[in-house]
Amino acid sequence: SMADCGSEEVAVIGNTDITDEESQDNKNNMMAEGSCLLRKMEISVAEAEKRTGKNAVNMQETYTVYLIETRPADSVTEGHNPVPDSLWRRYSEFELLRNYLLVTYPFIVIPPLPEKRAEFVWHKLSADNMDPDFVERRRIGLENFLLRVASHPVLSSDKIFFLFLTEENGWKEAVFETGFLAKSDSRLKALNATFRVKNPDKRFSELKHYSDELQSVTSQLLRVRARVADRLYGVYKVHGNYGRVFSEWSAIEKEMGDGLQSAGHHMDAYAASVDDILEEEEHYADQLKEYLFYAEAVKAVCRKHELLQYELETASQDLASKKQQQEELAAGTVRTFSFKGMTSKLFGQETPEQREAKLKVLEEQIKEGEVTVTEKTLECEEFVKNAWKDIERFKEQKDHDLREALMSYAVMQISMCKKGIQVWTNAKECFSKM
Amino acid sequence: MSGMSADPAQALPAVMSPLSGQMLELDEDDDLEVFSKDMNLMDGSPMNASMPTSPASMINQYKFEEETDAKDIFVTVDNPESHVTALETFITYRVVTKTTRSEFDSCEYEVRRRYQDFLWLKERLEEGHPTLIMHPLPEKFVMKGMVERFNDDFIETRQKALHKFLNRVADHPILSCHEDFKIFLTAQAWELTSHKKQGPGFLSRMGDTVRAVAASVRGVRNRPEEFTAMLEYVDSFGQKMISLDKVTQRIVKEQKEYLGELKEYGPVYTLWSGSEEELVEPLKGVASCIDRCCKATEEQIGHLSENLVPLLHEYVLCTDSVKAVLRRRDNIQAESEAKNDALANRKADREALKDSKDLGFVLGSFLGKKPEEAKQQKEQRLDSEINELKEEVERLEDKVECANNALKGDWLRWQGNMRSDIKAAFVSTAEKNVDYYEKCLAVWESFLTSQTAAHDMESNSGHSS
Repeated sequence: SMADCGSEEVAVIGNTDITDEESQDNKNNMMAEGSCLLRKMEISVAEAEKRTGKNAVNMQETYTVYLIETRPADSVTEGHNPVPDSLWRRYSEFELLRNYLLVTYPFIVIPPLPEKRAEFVWHKLSADNMDPDFVERRRIGLENFLLRVASHPVLSSDKIFFLFLTEENGWKEAVFETGFLAKSDSRLKALNATFRVKNPDKRFSELKHYSDELQSVTSQLLRVRARVADRLYGVYKVHGNYGRVFSEWSAIEKEMGDGLQSAGHHMDAYAASVDDILEEEEHYADQLKEYLFYAEAVKAVCRKHELLQYELETASQDLASKKQQQEELAAGTVRTFSFKGMTSKLFGQETPEQREAKLKVLEEQIKEGEVTVTEKTLECEEFVKNAWKDIERFKEQKDHDLREALMSYAVMQISMCKKGIQVWTNAKECFSKM
Repeated sequence: MSGMSADPAQALPAVMSPLSGQMLELDEDDDLEVFSKDMNLMDGSPMNASMPTSPASMINQYKFEEETDAKDIFVTVDNPESHVTALETFITYRVVTKTTRSEFDSCEYEVRRRYQDFLWLKERLEEGHPTLIMHPLPEKFVMKGMVERFNDDFIETRQKALHKFLNRVADHPILSCHEDFKIFLTAQAWELTSHKKQGPGFLSRMGDTVRAVAASVRGVRNRPEEFTAMLEYVDSFGQKMISLDKVTQRIVKEQKEYLGELKEYGPVYTLWSGSEEELVEPLKGVASCIDRCCKATEEQIGHLSENLVPLLHEYVLCTDSVKAVLRRRDNIQAESEAKNDALANRKADREALKDSKDLGFVLGSFLGKKPEEAKQQKEQRLDSEINELKEEVERLEDKVECANNALKGDWLRWQGNMRSDIKAAFVSTAEKNVDYYEKCLAVWESFLTSQTAAHDMESNSGHSS
């Protein structure tokens, strides 16, 4: 399974007998501990419901809300089944949560949300957001997202995340109060850094390259798989015609009638069996999609590194140039171009007093610059260290999950083959009796 | 499967004797398996108790698959060769016959025949036995816009169909005794050509055609219920065959498109394995599984195309053959009815004469004939016409009776063959499908086992990564 916290130790945190105050205390303690939330709390996205309401521009809209249920981990015991706490959230709130996490923990590979709109759809599957199958798969995807976050060593102790699960009202205000929007890097800034950075950590460059490849190959895989599913559907469904014709034909035959009739039923069963087969395969596709989107999250971490590295490089460059200016000013030579230098050349040398003043300013700037460089260097190193730790964790998770996905795909194929053997063996028996 | 069968060990009526004495020899003949695909249609069902045979109506004594031990003629069609002349290009097929029948001078023959020759044989057999049901020949012309008339698939399909046609004739107790069948199997090319020319003259064939057209225009009046039932059945059956033919061809088409996509699917896993470290084995494993499933799919498509598709198509053609037989039977009956009508008319005329109401005599007396004499002359003329007609009517009624009996007997035989052909084809298809899924199952199971084993090994030896 995807949510694995490690040890099985579970702490009892709450039951229906404690007071609200105690309950709040417990919640605070839980957050303070910083260990995996999932160990202490059962989380599920239990249901989905349609709602209508007025949107931001005062127009009627229909949207889906999802019920998040939480319950202390060991609260379900013999004869004791407490009602879980629950609240409703819509997709846009999940998005808000995720954006907050992205900005607040840029060194973490943030788990992705299930897709907003159905992509890589094979033709019989609906691309409609309101389609019950799509909503169901999205429900599962959202639950998966919450479990991933709740089992993350760092993310699980985030207060906003906790409130998301427990506080229906006032949560949005709380998120905005964190001021995360202001902290987010503009796209332009990030893009600029990517182009101009000179010495990014080699590992991150390789990782970025790997993420690109992963994105490319999983998209391709999803596309081809959808086409294969489409064709498989066609093959199975055409066999339904055998059922129809055999049935009609059996009416005019004496000896062959029974055999034809029953063979026809098996053909109908065969044609119908493809629906379940492809439904199951959608889960596989969803697992691939999760990693397609994860690749984007990895790239986000790489971009942040590039940004920090670029800022460090810029700061270092600035410092170096200032130092050079200082040198030149002290030595009297003008090697670095400055407007002031040009004008003084044109209009005469500066006075010693002017020079002193300039040197003093430069010294200040250099001191500041050195602090900045030190800070930036530290920031960069910290980032690299923390990010790489999470990336190692992510790699292990990815290898494990994808391996399991591939094996479950094999299991699906095996199940499909067994069904096929069953149907055609039955059909053969019917044909033999004709 | 119902049908009349006779215990081959029992001595057959005299006319059929060529079959009886040879049976022990056949069992020792090693070549038995080589010939006639129809052999596997003959399930070795236990011999039924012998049925009494009436010497007078041997036409009813048709044996079905249980004839295995009595089979004394084996025919194969193979080895297509292309011949190019100034005027045309055509294919000939080798026809090999092995037989112990006494009317054949030798026991082995090898000749080459082209499609036209098969067509000639069919026409001759139809002429001799208009109400026996023959297995159809493959189509004369290429269907569905094939560009190359002589591509390998087409030739192979045609060859198999010709082989089946000839074998069905050889298996038929009546048709296989037809003189032209023997000539077809044994004559050298020039002999066949000259024999063909000797056939009923152009004018006589024209006469037959005119009579047939006239009869079909006239239409039959009192078709016996059982033949109407046959016609209705064949109509319905034909529609089913056409539907099944279409469905099966559609399945083949869909399978091919599925295969096309599948072939692109495996390589993406291989591509992916190039960027991974730990996942290389499972990814390559999946790619390999998919590739092997592709091969199995290809085999399955091939089997479908080479077995079920041609078989269903044959039975579409069959229904046309059977309808033609029913039409010919109708024409024979119509001809007989027409003659009966003519006889009735003449008799009426003769009756009328007795009453001397014929004004013709009055006219005749104007021309100088004595009324009595003229009347006598006319009476005599009518009497002789009536006698002739009576003979004709009897002959034609016999002809109708023979035709009906031939058809009735052959109808059961045809139904028996149809059931076993269709059953065999669908059983074989189902078997192949089971086989296909078993192959794919094995492929994926072995992947799963190898993956679980590898994983167990890894976790036992501690994590590395």
